[in-house]
Amino acid sequence: MNTLLTARGIRYAYTPGQDVLQGIDLAVGEGEMVGLLGPNGSGKTTLLRCISGVLGGAKGGIDLLGKPVSQYTRKELARLIAFVPQYQEVGYVFSCYDVVLMGRYAHLRGLRGESETDRRAARRAMEQTETWDFRHRPVDSVSGGERQRVMIARAIAQDARLLLMDEPTAHLDIRHQTEILDLIASLHRSHGLTVIGVYHDINLAARYAERLVLMREGNIAADGTAWDVLTPEHLKRVYGIGVSVFDSPIDGSLCVFPRPDQTAGKK
Amino acid sequence: MNTKNGSLAASIIVLLIALAASMAAGCVLGAADIGIGDVLRVIASKLPILGRGIEVAAGTESIIWHLRLPRVILAALVGGSLAGAGVVFQAVFRNPMADPYLLGTSAGASLGGALAILLGIGFSLPGISGTGVMAFAGSIGAVFLVYGIARIRGRVSTATLLLSGIAVSAFLTAAVSLLLLFYRENMQHVVYWIMGGLGTARWDSLPGIVPGMLVALTIIGLSSRELNMLLLGDETAAHLGVSVDALKRRMLIVGALLAALSVSVSGVIGFVGLIVPHMVRLVVGPDHRRLLPTSFLAGAVFLIIADLLARSLVPPVEIPVGIVTALFGAPFFLYLLIRRKKGVA
Repeated sequence: MNTLLTARGIRYAYTPGQDVLQGIDLAVGEGEMVGLLGPNGSGKTTLLRCISGVLGGAKGGIDLLGKPVSQYTRKELARLIAFVPQYQEVGYVFSCYDVVLMGRYAHLRGLRGESETDRRAARRAMEQTETWDFRHRPVDSVSGGERQRVMIARAIAQDARLLLMDEPTAHLDIRHQTEILDLIASLHRSHGLTVIGVYHDINLAARYAERLVLMREGNIAADGTAWDVLTPEHLKRVYGIGVSVFDSPIDGSLCVFPRPDQTAGKK
Repeated sequence: MNTKNGSLAASIIVLLIALAASMAAGCVLGAADIGIGDVLRVIASKLPILGRGIEVAAGTESIIWHLRLPRVILAALVGGSLAGAGVVFQAVFRNPMADPYLLGTSAGASLGGALAILLGIGFSLPGISGTGVMAFAGSIGAVFLVYGIARIRGRVSTATLLLSGIAVSAFLTAAVSLLLLFYRENMQHVVYWIMGGLGTARWDSLPGIVPGMLVALTIIGLSSRELNMLLLGDETAAHLGVSVDALKRRMLIVGALLAALSVSVSGVIGFVGLIVPHMVRLVVGPDHRRLLPTSFLAGAVFLIIADLLARSLVPPVEIPVGIVTALFGAPFFLYLLIRRKKGVA
């Protein structure tokens, strides 16, 4: 497995003196599907933004394909890394198709506009995400699940090798959560796409990510398969609550539940 | 996509017709009674070769060729540039309340203009009065000051830029007020100039501003796609491959240049840059590839009509055109605002 991404000693502080990341070392190989887990404020999203290069002033080194991220131009980076943001309200009224077509910006040359290739790529991405039917609708008028699928279509159209996702399914209902993560998983399988995703839901992460990285206060607390990482001891240390871990009776994936006796006292 | 292109072409055709009509009105209407035939004859007589032998009364020629025509053209250029600058600032600040004077351009121009009028400081360049040169210097100086203050560790946050723009503007405006207190005898002259007017328009006003305006508008036009992506948010634009900081820097410079060139020839004409992009956006949508050309044309038409009103509402007094744009622009803007709040638009 070729190494796609290497992070060495990443430190980052939004306000000086308060390091949100306290020296992260992480290597991700081509074709991996990694889930980042951890409590609020543990630095998951910050790590993702450091990797994507939008946070200036991060200390340490991040190499992408053996070259420091800081030495790529934004356009070069966008051809390698696509980013699916958290679900959010949008303040613009572009059509879904226009938003997906913007994913092709990094592939445009000079002052030339989108070519037939770009339009084909956008269409294919929209068909894969089943968003083609409502391509003409303004992106602020479609449902939350549809809009997140448009964002994923844009990332697919970007034709990058590494997909970063920041809680792509937060605030979505269970059906849309499953649809979106199934879609990502199938892209991962069919295209060998490398995925690093932040998850707020431990069970979804356990089910979809092949490798889990558990973060606590800006450090990596555990790194490995779901069975290695999601132990009651680790979760007690990181989240501060007791949990039961067991096999799902349906497909054998791992399930985590807060232990009733731990929460009963708080009622 | 075809329907959109259709609506763009339709909007531009409508606006070009409106521009031609308002320019014609600007040449025909006024204290002296002149027909459209005279206007066309004067223009034709100026054409090389073809114009030979066309006779026009000297008085008519003088009014049209030396007063009204350059004035209408200047109004179009200034109105269009202010609207273009408004489009840029609203995109960069992602704030619908942003206007071309946001970075202290108007306050800097006022101080420069006041210094020139009251103290006789400054020098004139061919075609541009000493007041104009000083106003341009003042507004560009203010922009650099605001930008310098907001620049922290090599990065510029738009929030800091907005606040330092307001603070620097307040300071410069206070300085102008102080100057006016000391030089009361020339107060009216300065106030008139600050409120904006196109009465000094001559053909030789144009060479000093046209090249800069063309360059600025071309640069903005070539950045339309990036401006669209900026609407998705700074980080998303960066993730899609836009060099956000460089884009913003470039856009702020050319936007401020448009505003500074405009104030140097016409004083501070408010509201055009704020409301024209809004009105146009309601019709053509948020895409800058359509928004920029249509806003330029709409701004041109708007200011030609405002200037026509300014010189014909209460003759022989000429109202500063800045008052007219605010008097008519503000209520119309409020109307749009209320309509949108009710969910009609």
